[in-house]
Amino acid sequence: MRTRPTTRVAQYVAVLAYLIFLGFPLVWLISASLKSPREFANLNPTFLPQSPTFSNFTDALEEQGLVRSMLNSLQISVATTVLVLIVSLPVAYGLARLRSRLRPITNGWILVSQVFPVILIVIPLFVILRQLHLTNTLPGVVIVYMVWSMPFALWMLQGYVAAVPRELEEAASVDGASRLRTIVSIVMPLLRPGLIATAMFTFISAWNEFFFALVLLQDPELKTLPLVLARFVGAEGQVQFGPLAAASVLATVPSLVFFAFLQRRLTSGLLSGAVKG
Amino acid sequence: MTTQAVLAPESAAGKPPGRGTGRPRQNREAIFLFLPALLPVLLLSVYPLVRGIALGFTDARAGLNVDTNFIGFGNFAKLLHNDLFWDSFRIGLIWTVSVTVLQFVAALGLALLLNTNIKFRGVARTLALIPWAMPPVVVAIMWRLLLDPTKGPVNDILQTTHLTDQPINFLGDFSTALPAVIVVGIWVGMPMTTVTLLAGLQGIDRSLYEAASVDGAGAWRQFWYITLPQLKTVIVAITSLDMIWNFNSFGLVYVLTAGGPGGKTMLPMLFAYNEAFRYGNFGMAAAMGDVMVVIIIVFLAFYLRNRLRSEA
Repeated sequence: MRTRPTTRVAQYVAVLAYLIFLGFPLVWLISASLKSPREFANLNPTFLPQSPTFSNFTDALEEQGLVRSMLNSLQISVATTVLVLIVSLPVAYGLARLRSRLRPITNGWILVSQVFPVILIVIPLFVILRQLHLTNTLPGVVIVYMVWSMPFALWMLQGYVAAVPRELEEAASVDGASRLRTIVSIVMPLLRPGLIATAMFTFISAWNEFFFALVLLQDPELKTLPLVLARFVGAEGQVQFGPLAAASVLATVPSLVFFAFLQRRLTSGLLSGAVKG
Repeated sequence: MTTQAVLAPESAAGKPPGRGTGRPRQNREAIFLFLPALLPVLLLSVYPLVRGIALGFTDARAGLNVDTNFIGFGNFAKLLHNDLFWDSFRIGLIWTVSVTVLQFVAALGLALLLNTNIKFRGVARTLALIPWAMPPVVVAIMWRLLLDPTKGPVNDILQTTHLTDQPINFLGDFSTALPAVIVVGIWVGMPMTTVTLLAGLQGIDRSLYEAASVDGAGAWRQFWYITLPQLKTVIVAITSLDMIWNFNSFGLVYVLTAGGPGGKTMLPMLFAYNEAFRYGNFGMAAAMGDVMVVIIIVFLAFYLRNRLRSEA
């Protein structure tokens, strides 16, 4: 379809406006993380750093608690991811393959758990975890994150399981393999890209999570990265632009890696040859 | 982390697994597979939710395990007489509707644009997902720095271009705080909405447009009579879910303004959080949660009705 030149110009103006609205904050954040304190003191600041420096990153990392919190976040996110995958995989398989009464119930729960205000859940959760002596502990946060990430993990995984050709499983069962055997040696290997994508999503969710951590973790030693970052800005008037921007960039790196990785994954049609073999 | 999970049942529930025989056996097998997940989910999701709803009808307080009493609608009566409740309710609605509607309009325009053979499509799409994956706390910090009255680049740009002569304390001023927070909300939410709408647009059968074009329908008529009706399911789904997510949002505004200045950005979740974890009024906070649930059910009913209809 031909487009009139004036429409064309308007289109590019719109896309440009969008790219600036979306991209400017991000580019500025990265730029700010590379500026020296002297540049921030400059009365006529430039958009890009005049002499890029990594001193903000080293300053941020020396800041008490930041490295500690990164390690906490890392531990929590890894543990959550492993647990979610172990627990979700059989459920996802059941949802995709079996006609059972648990299917509509589970799908109902997926919907409900995602739309309810967390304030309702967090108070009794807090009480339960206290009875189990799990408030103010990393394992306490991990099991909460596990339950909380499961709905999305289930949704992703059941889609991937459904994409595994049923014929392969039928062939295996004709050959005398049990259901479990079929899952482990036929379905799991084919699910690898799906498992990786789900794992990365779960990791990022746990890495970014703020509300449950805020309520469940009081001990400064145990605080996660988002909590420590939030406390930095809380110190009113004393906000140090450079180190804060650097810490923010560091906290975003896992997400960026995730997307760089996933984009390739999504396009690779690993299953395409499986049926023809 | 909630993003899109709720779209789940739509895609998954659509196609029931084949092999109609052996239902009881499949039930037994399913229970076996579901077992490891069942206990944590029941203990940490289903039970707390039910308890949380019930808690709104008690005088539960934080701290020691003091006996709580059932007080019926006491908390709700108190809420109705609390000006801050009404304020947070009003602010929550302004925030929810503004963010959802504005981001939808912008996202639809953009999705239509990105669906044409325009340059930078790839860049725009990739960029689109970054705000969605960034930690909300980082987004909030970034915008606090951007909007800083003395050293933030936004004020700097406004002043060097002489659009303003005084720095604006966007997040600290009574009149600008809520609009500023809404802009940030749009910044976070719009990309995901755009990508969802774009996926919907790409699902529309091209031949519909060709036929309309042959019949002499212009771009506007094609948009009105083909694009919109074809997108209806996606539009209703994404906007009702955006409404729910925005209505429930917490972390972003908590770090941006903590509800201030003077309670001008006190969203319902912030109000409930303060009640529970600053003042220790668990019962009251849960009652607030119950009120939010009723509102969410309205959004949800809209979404589900649309979904059932599209499946029928």
